[in-house]
Amino acid sequence: MCHLTDQQRLLAEQAQEKVCPYAEDIDLNGYIHEPEHDQVPTYDKLLADERETLVKAGFDVDDHDRAASFLQVNHEIGHCSRQTEGVEVMPMRQALEKYDGLPEYWWQAVKLDADKYTAKVALDFDNGYFIRALAGTKTQLPVQACLFMNSEKVLQNVHNIIVVEEGAELEIISGCATSHQLKQGLHLGVSELYIKKNARLSFTMIHHWGEEVMTRPRTVVQVEEGGTYISNYISMKRVRSLQMYPTAYLRGRGATARFNSIVAAPSGSHLDMGSRVVLSYPECKAEVISRTVSFGGDIIARGHLIGEDPSVKAHLECHGLMLRKHGLIHAIPELEGRVSGVEMSHEAAVGKIAQEEVEYLMARGLSEEEATSTIVRGFLNVAIEGLPASLQKDLDELMAKSDEGGM
Amino acid sequence: MLKVEDLWVNVGEKQVLKGVNFEIPKGRTHILFGKNGSGKTTLLLTLIGFSNYKVVQGRILFKGIDITRMPINEWVQLGMGVSFQRPPTVRGLSTRQMADICNRSGMDYTNLAERLNFTDFLDRDLNVGFSGGEMKRSEILQLMLQKPDFIMLDEPESGVDIENMHLIGEVAGELLQRHLNRTRKRSGLIITHTGYILDYLNADLGYVMIDGAIVCSGNPNQIFSTINEKGFEECAQCVI
Repeated sequence: MCHLTDQQRLLAEQAQEKVCPYAEDIDLNGYIHEPEHDQVPTYDKLLADERETLVKAGFDVDDHDRAASFLQVNHEIGHCSRQTEGVEVMPMRQALEKYDGLPEYWWQAVKLDADKYTAKVALDFDNGYFIRALAGTKTQLPVQACLFMNSEKVLQNVHNIIVVEEGAELEIISGCATSHQLKQGLHLGVSELYIKKNARLSFTMIHHWGEEVMTRPRTVVQVEEGGTYISNYISMKRVRSLQMYPTAYLRGRGATARFNSIVAAPSGSHLDMGSRVVLSYPECKAEVISRTVSFGGDIIARGHLIGEDPSVKAHLECHGLMLRKHGLIHAIPELEGRVSGVEMSHEAAVGKIAQEEVEYLMARGLSEEEATSTIVRGFLNVAIEGLPASLQKDLDELMAKSDEGGM
Repeated sequence: MLKVEDLWVNVGEKQVLKGVNFEIPKGRTHILFGKNGSGKTTLLLTLIGFSNYKVVQGRILFKGIDITRMPINEWVQLGMGVSFQRPPTVRGLSTRQMADICNRSGMDYTNLAERLNFTDFLDRDLNVGFSGGEMKRSEILQLMLQKPDFIMLDEPESGVDIENMHLIGEVAGELLQRHLNRTRKRSGLIITHTGYILDYLNADLGYVMIDGAIVCSGNPNQIFSTINEKGFEECAQCVI
């Protein structure tokens, strides 16, 4: 079944070679895209260490304390459950069937011809999730979703849609991860998020990739009048190449967006990441905060605020810590006022841990390593209150590794 | 408990301490007087082992162990504790988390924090936006939880209003076991400018530091009144 109009298909085909201006260009032919319909790994068949990886990506394998769960393994659905009234969770393909191709949402936020990666997802789409909170629904527990890869050199093409209807409030924890055995893989993920009038979405995304994995998430969020979008992004593991620049369009009075990112880059990681907010209506607000730590890896931390109404307020903050002799943190904050009256500011800093702070904590009995990791945790905590315990462990492991060039 | 022998210390290229000698026995509280820039804080931060303070000559013995080149946390584990004059801010680390780090015995410090009027500050980031008095109360709380055998206070009264001075003085007096008189077990080295803290302690001996050396010692209250009457110049005269 084709999910594209003739016009869309033509656009996608024309964009198949369109290189993204950021990060290294990926040869899509180097990856395998063959749906394995005969051996769909169900939820229960995942290996113990794979389940552990899911946990590290924020996925509760027992479905405890979750309103609903969705798991995709490579190209296929591993698990999908809906346990809460007022929230729909289903595989994207099923949603397209059920809702006649979802013309209101399908490729309405993300441009299908943005680059070769969006074009690839459009033409060779596997599946993904469709999550919708019905009007007025306020869930107590988060919905969880995970996109998992465990087949060597796999290319995963995912297209997700989230809709939070008027007055609804929804929390989603979305993990992307690979199994320990997988060395190389490519994840292309298109996500279109629609937050309606006075609705609220808190979206936490945790990346837990394999060392040689490449990934190109493509996310666009539309927030209507009085709506709120909160994004928390966490990545603590080495990833060969990640490039993303999610954009939120605030399209009604008082719409708000907040992007918080915490990223640790071990040696060998290349991350080019940022958040962009376009504030077009009165009283829109935005805050983009990133805290990055290089353990020898490269991080380009971008941020871009565009103010198009005189009453908007927005702030951008990129702070980076360099913990090894090599590595790169390149903060690129951009402010673009398109009308007089906008209030937008930015703050960027790249540096090392203050020795004075380390010694202060040592004077309370901590070793130098403990003091350093306490300070780094605090540094990251500023962006995201309360790092999940499983990620705390990853961070501690990174802190403990001194073989990546020394302090 | 603490013995400092011919201690010469450089900060960067600058020679700051020039042959400091003194000894503080168990159960004794000694006071260090001196002008701004005379080297008092340098001495204290050298004693705690801060890396900016390079010992070029001499040694520091604590409980008979040479700690001159030991990492800071090991001195602390041996029983040294310090209240800093200007502690750094640590963003993202709450004062409660810092208190928990100090609180190795796991005591319930609710009442102690209450007594120090500090409960409302526990969930704030450590020293971020604290006034002088708030910093001092935070430092004293941490010391109370650390329970060191040897206590160093660097100008515990600086930036503190009268009401809080009384509170800090009372608690410092308890820390240094003032009530035990001659049976005290804890020792202390206190730096003071204003001398207010003397009202709350049983100080045994006072030193005057001028230009990186201890130039005289004696009854701390007498030294303090001499300084008040005649200034540090008089102390310098006495030495010359």
